[in-house]
Amino acid sequence: MIDVAIIGAGPAGLAAALYATRAGLEATLFERISFGGQLAQTEHLENYPGYVLSTSGFDLALAMHEQATSFGAQTVAEEVTSVDLAADPKKLVTPFGEYEARSVIVATGARPTHLGLEGEEELAGRGVSYCATCDGNFFRGRDVVVVGGGNTAAADAIYLSRICRKVYLVHRRDTLRATAIYHDRLRGLENIEFCWSSKVVKLLQSDGALSGVTIRDRLTDGLRDLDASAIFIAVGTTPNSEFLNGALETNQAGYIIADESGITSIPGVFAAGDVRTKALRQVVTAVADGAVCAEEAAAYLAS
Amino acid sequence: MSEIVASANFQDKVLDAKGPVLVDFFATWCGPCKMLAPTIDALTTELAGKVAVYKVDIDESPDLAARYNVSGVPTLMLFENGAVKNHMVGAQPKQNILAMIGA
Repeated sequence: MIDVAIIGAGPAGLAAALYATRAGLEATLFERISFGGQLAQTEHLENYPGYVLSTSGFDLALAMHEQATSFGAQTVAEEVTSVDLAADPKKLVTPFGEYEARSVIVATGARPTHLGLEGEEELAGRGVSYCATCDGNFFRGRDVVVVGGGNTAAADAIYLSRICRKVYLVHRRDTLRATAIYHDRLRGLENIEFCWSSKVVKLLQSDGALSGVTIRDRLTDGLRDLDASAIFIAVGTTPNSEFLNGALETNQAGYIIADESGITSIPGVFAAGDVRTKALRQVVTAVADGAVCAEEAAAYLAS
Repeated sequence: MSEIVASANFQDKVLDAKGPVLVDFFATWCGPCKMLAPTIDALTTELAGKVAVYKVDIDESPDLAARYNVSGVPTLMLFENGAVKNHMVGAQPKQNILAMIGA
């Protein structure tokens, strides 16, 4: 029997596995693809304390996984698609099997939010992207659009400005939400055009690939077509909590309601990292959550 | 481990293959590609005899990436009788890949 089933092997899940195994518990990580989560897609990480030189997100995730594994954490490379958390023991179902656990830590994180525009799904990999560092190179020397105003959008625009001819940064507000350090860096770049107070309303395509976007100025209602080979969408994240099918209390956006203790609406079930309600979703807060949840799980199992 | 194919042996290994062939277009610098790699390796073994599985490094074989309009990595393509039967973009869980190849 698994003492602690940890769903999701991003930074929160990996830290939970590290702390749980060191507490003498049998911890099993369930991961739909492979360890790392959103961290593995981060090209440069500059704000993880102790790493003075920027480090690759994948390398940090790899180190976290090796560390957790070295203390005995197990990994099951299967996606948990449904749960029975009220049962004793708790049940997890994957497309390949069923598992029982005495306690559960949900650390499934979040994924990039889609714009919900017509053609968005079909054009994925044909000019629509949610990962600038993955796909930017395909658009070397071309004109591209970044949509969003947070840290991801800002970092994407800076990265793309180095390899693309021109970058349009489309944001629905008249100022960026991104951390101050990005503002100065963006201002110094000549090939970025800011499209403030604007919304992407249409994806234009020719021959099955993206050829541009139509944006609407929210102040004037004027429409403008931008010729672009790619659009990089960074308009926030959506929690990966659908598989719970309402088993835990969430807020309207789908984030599991839990404070820094990670305690959820069901005893023995904890929520760590980006999937829970919190003010700051970063690697450093995710790993802290993982550690706390492992301790809470240990206390629950001892009671 | 799945074998990496390039322009020189793509015709022989993929296009002229008797059965279905799954090809993972990847890049060494792409996080989601690295995340997907263990799943692709596992499928190589699990599907042996039914579906051949190969990888294409898009930096080593930009001609193949261009020929199949790959503009996002990882891209998975299912080939049958030399033609693309199905494709999917981005790191995906195993059951989605199995569904795509109809296994």
